[in-house]
Amino acid sequence: MFLVLLVAPLLTGLVRKVKARLQRRRGPPLLQPYRDLRRLLHKEVVLAENASWLFRVAPYLVFTATWVAAALVPTFATGLLFSWTGDLIAIIALLATARFLLGLAALDIGTSFGGIGASRESLIASLAEPATIMIVFTIALIAGSTQLSHIAAFMASEDVGLRVSLAFALVALVIVAIAENARIPVDNPATHLELTMVHEAMVLEYSGRHLAMIEAAAWVKLVFHLSLIACIFFPFGLAQNGGGLVAYAMGAGLWLLKLAAGGVLLAMFETSIAKMRVFRVPGFLGGALMLGLLATLLLFISGSF
Amino acid sequence: MTGTVTHHRPWPRRMVDMAGWERAAERLAAGQGTLLALWGEPDCVHMAILDEGASASPGIEVLSLACPDGRFPSVGRVHAAAIRLERTMCDLFGLDPVGLPDTRPWLDHGRWGVAAPLSAVPRPGQEESSAYPFLPVEGEDLHEVPVGPVHAGIIEPGHFRFTCDGETVVRLEERLGYVHKGTESLMRGADLDRAARLAARTSGDSTVAYGIAFARAVEAALGLEPPPRAVWLRALMAELERLANHLGDFGAICNDASFVLMLAHCAMLRERVLRTAMACFGHRLMMDRVVPGGVACDLDAQGVAALRALLAEIGKRFPPLVNLYDNTASLLDRTVTTGIVKPELARRFGAGGHVGRAPRRAFDSRRALGGYPPYDSLRFEVPVLEEGDVNARVWIRIREIEQSLALVAQILDTLPDGPVRVPLSPATGETREGMALAEAFRGDVFVWLRLDAEGRIARCHLRDPSWFQWPLLEAAIEDNIIADFPLCNKSFNCSYSGHDL
Repeated sequence: MFLVLLVAPLLTGLVRKVKARLQRRRGPPLLQPYRDLRRLLHKEVVLAENASWLFRVAPYLVFTATWVAAALVPTFATGLLFSWTGDLIAIIALLATARFLLGLAALDIGTSFGGIGASRESLIASLAEPATIMIVFTIALIAGSTQLSHIAAFMASEDVGLRVSLAFALVALVIVAIAENARIPVDNPATHLELTMVHEAMVLEYSGRHLAMIEAAAWVKLVFHLSLIACIFFPFGLAQNGGGLVAYAMGAGLWLLKLAAGGVLLAMFETSIAKMRVFRVPGFLGGALMLGLLATLLLFISGSF
Repeated sequence: MTGTVTHHRPWPRRMVDMAGWERAAERLAAGQGTLLALWGEPDCVHMAILDEGASASPGIEVLSLACPDGRFPSVGRVHAAAIRLERTMCDLFGLDPVGLPDTRPWLDHGRWGVAAPLSAVPRPGQEESSAYPFLPVEGEDLHEVPVGPVHAGIIEPGHFRFTCDGETVVRLEERLGYVHKGTESLMRGADLDRAARLAARTSGDSTVAYGIAFARAVEAALGLEPPPRAVWLRALMAELERLANHLGDFGAICNDASFVLMLAHCAMLRERVLRTAMACFGHRLMMDRVVPGGVACDLDAQGVAALRALLAEIGKRFPPLVNLYDNTASLLDRTVTTGIVKPELARRFGAGGHVGRAPRRAFDSRRALGGYPPYDSLRFEVPVLEEGDVNARVWIRIREIEQSLALVAQILDTLPDGPVRVPLSPATGETREGMALAEAFRGDVFVWLRLDAEGRIARCHLRDPSWFQWPLLEAAIEDNIIADFPLCNKSFNCSYSGHDL
């Protein structure tokens, strides 16, 4: 659980570094996100005059919900501390709660950018969440459980075989992950253009430790999505419950490698594409929803797809 | 009191009466001729009209109307392009354009401590005036989004008031004037050296173009020909400035669509241009290198070699970037059909540069009316497109970069030898007036000036091309989504500083 927290800034640092190198810039050091976090935690909080308690509480709740969700994913071994509760539907609910709180907080201070951000985020969420549910159905139907440890164990076993529906689910999950993490082409985490922001527009008014919480939550979320993709679709190397220390260490090392590979791929994808118009995003996410739906339907037609 | 004014060069200036002034305004409203500039003096107003060959005598005509009581018939009443110019005349000179539909202050934000600073008797400024009344918008589900004047990026200040229906922009209203420097006040009574420096600082990214326009206006007033080598060096610097700016804009537009790769490449090329300018002319932006009477520095053989190397490098590295732009579907999806300016509107406002050329307005002061030296003996094309969207403005820039590269090569091939500066004797013992147009990367810069008997500036008016481009931005964004505004704005890239003066 703490490992996730430790690794999250590093992963974001890696993505930023790779993007910078692809743009032929030197880029910030890999450890910069840790420093950012420390800097933000030391800064005083500037609150809007009309901010209510909700605005102050939201960052902590958002962070907690995201962190718990990330901790439920079997990152490098099945049967971790919280794995028995690691239900996919619970995880989705946690993330949705976090988003809902952030949207409320953005609306709370009553600036126009907060409103724009919240409305765009809800638009994205209203499509990303059903798509996620569809993906979960697909996977649950195949693995016979919504419990992540079971799914990972099943996926690692020989029984899976090559399935069309899984390929659909993978593509859909990647699309959802891009949208959920506010990456290009849906959102641009590095932009300074307040009119084009989605996630950033919602958190424009945050500062100091509140901002630190929100930034950390965003980084953890990225780790969460990459880990989720890794544990469902590339579960090789996961240490089994009760395996020795060596197995755990191997699993952890492989997990880090998977994260790094995911981060590099993400950076390359982001560099090669421009951002979409806001109204193209539903089409993009609709693709994920359709793929998820198709995968589920295929499974109903025949269990062997 | 009508008749042609003596000592006004190179185009004639005519005094007209009230009826003549109103007739000219009607003619502009009917689309015969383009309003080039409209400026005031404490007791007089002037208007420059460009006639691009629709009538028997193509050329530029300056009309002047004496208005000792400060009142004159508004041109903005019938011709919208004049409205902001007249609001400015009202702010600076206290003139009263009778019938002007919009009487809110424009550049004056009530913070100067003085009202009508350029009038004969400036009034003390009023106390901080009440809030600026934006145009009212009524309707259900509409909301306002105020943006600026301070922005998140390192750009100039300007306030934008959007009224949106969801994501769709129903109306955009600009408010400018935050970087008013009082250039025209500072010009009064300045000697030519100081005035040239002031003119060069009107808009830093077009400093060469302003230098050329100012120098040519002075030279016209004094009836002086700069040496040929100076004229060619001026054109060389102007094309380098155009290259640097267009390269920067090309990358920056793509960056606003979150395609950072292009910015990274273009910024590098732009930096190469600026460093070469530094090596050749001793200043990255070539500020103060163009002076009345010639240029302040010469180009040596080393400089020529550096410029040729620069041409070779850009010639090699630019085409792949154009290909990249043309082949990135996600990028084109953002730029095509975004922020369309209608040809009719561009014509009516007389928008220059990429804003005008993207929707079919071919005016280029290097070419129009015979052009100015040395462009009359250079081969180049003025690219013109139909669509008028962001994509068209990008392509105009791409084509102009190619043209500028070719022009620099031609200039280097045929650069004449000789002196680069002639001494000036500005004290002519009589009042002289001169005007000039020069093509900046944004469009045509207009300068009009009057020198007194001692050769000091009595009045100098500098009109940035942005005056006729900012209003079109308001029209272009309508019915687009608010998230596309940064892209539209960057594709216009109007000057704040040049506009606010």
